Amino acid sequence: MAGDRVPATSAVTSPLVERLFRAEAGHLVAYFTRRLGPGRLALAEDIVQDALIVALQQWPFSGVPDQPGAWLRRVATNRAIDLLRRQVRFDARAARLARAIEEDRRAAVVDSTTRQPDWADDELRMVMMCCHPALPRGARVALSLKAVSGFSVAEIARALLADERAIAQRLVRAKRLIRAHRIRFVLPAGRALVPRVDSALDVIYLLFNEGYTAHAGDNLVRADLCREALRLGRLIAGTREVATPRSHALVALMALHAARIPARLNAAGELVRLEDQDRRTWDMSLNSLGFQHLEQSMQASCESAFHLQAAIAATHAAAPDGTATDWTTILALYDRLVLLTPTPVVRLNRAVALARVAGPAEGLAALAAVDRAGSLARYYLLPAVRAELLAEAGQAKEAARAYREALKRQCSEPERRFLQSRLDALARRSA
Amino acid sequence: MPKFVLLLHDQPKSFATMSPAEMQAVVQRYMAWGQSLRDRDLLVEGTKLTSDPGRVMRRTKGEVLVSDGPYLESKEVMGGLFVIKAADYDEAVRLAHDCPHLDYSGAIEVRQVDGR
Repeated sequence: MAGDRVPATSAVTSPLVERLFRAEAGHLVAYFTRRLGPGRLALAEDIVQDALIVALQQWPFSGVPDQPGAWLRRVATNRAIDLLRRQVRFDARAARLARAIEEDRRAAVVDSTTRQPDWADDELRMVMMCCHPALPRGARVALSLKAVSGFSVAEIARALLADERAIAQRLVRAKRLIRAHRIRFVLPAGRALVPRVDSALDVIYLLFNEGYTAHAGDNLVRADLCREALRLGRLIAGTREVATPRSHALVALMALHAARIPARLNAAGELVRLEDQDRRTWDMSLNSLGFQHLEQSMQASCESAFHLQAAIAATHAAAPDGTATDWTTILALYDRLVLLTPTPVVRLNRAVALARVAGPAEGLAALAAVDRAGSLARYYLLPAVRAELLAEAGQAKEAARAYREALKRQCSEPERRFLQSRLDALARRSA
Repeated sequence: MPKFVLLLHDQPKSFATMSPAEMQAVVQRYMAWGQSLRDRDLLVEGTKLTSDPGRVMRRTKGEVLVSDGPYLESKEVMGGLFVIKAADYDEAVRLAHDCPHLDYSGAIEVRQVDGR
């Protein structure tokens, strides 16, 4: 098998499909977890890692095989059967597991070169397992990134701005809890369905937010987070058995936000505010995906925070340019959102909408109430928004002070440059 | 044009902690290097060796002694080899210089094929 020599001169040299390794790793880890049982997730991961390493050591010399995906699946399957056969002496179940995988191989379930196996079911079960409510929230996020999305411990740590050792520990603990709680590799149904799906949706929303609001750190990994979150959300929303109205709402809100990503930075790498964005550069296919799921989300009489956020994003998306934004509708949506999730960030956003409808003074008053609650004391957006509204109200000196306050707080490099440019513009105007 | 053999020695290294995306990036770097030689018709072939030390045979006092390969002690294995075309050692070394192998703590041994 893997040792076959292929002369490099005749080797296939077409470039690898983007994210091939990651996609295959996700599928295979899910497949082996189904076959071996959730308690052997670590073994499933090792088998897949070994197969990727074989490719890494072989392909530079032999070239990429005609069917790289099927090649990886075959190597992983052989490796699994090998390992299990060796364990037969210690573990009576190993022989049964090896036979099941051999059976799949014979039936070409896994390593077919002629047809692409359908992984959606395995992957969905994997998401549900990783997001099981019995696991601590932080563990759900880390485990999903590792086992479903093929991130390394280092990449997870970078993406979540956390310590590598802490992430590694979280993963070990999560796998132990899966065994302890005997979490099964099944799709939830009946009464368990909604809470289990909700738990997965919350994890996906968190992933998306982590990626979308880049506070600092590696932007590449963070763009990946958004893409992964959207992919997993669509996986759930696209499967009839688990597609709840809330899952459609989440996909809608993620797609509508992701559509704006190309417009968030201008050619000079400067941050562009939503109202100033060149809407022709928005990703129209994501936009229509968002509207499509928004419509599906409204087919049931259910209003979640995701529904409201998606509706807000859709109202922005419906405006041909920033000045045509229907702020009255947006404010009404924020009023309902505040009732459902009265978080400081939501109240901050509502204050902006209020300022657009009723003027900067009203907005500033609402903002002061958020400020008094105190939990946004380190969040740069609070003084940044106040600065904006003060400038609109003609209070240049106070606005400049608020911009300087915002600059003292933690934010990303493009955000910092944006604040600085606003401050400079203000100084030029008052000079 | 003279031929040269590039023997790629591997240090057992920690691919174990790499993510799939990182591993794919490594493969792609090797592929790009190979392709750049192929484009100039300088790559004759590439061969992967199994990752074990192999065997060494010697006749001592009339008896053939078979032992494990020469790199067992150094914990180094021969990953594989490339045969390339180059005018001389200088050029062969220059061609091997961009091989990503050197970035992953591997060593490259360059030997000329005696074509006389």
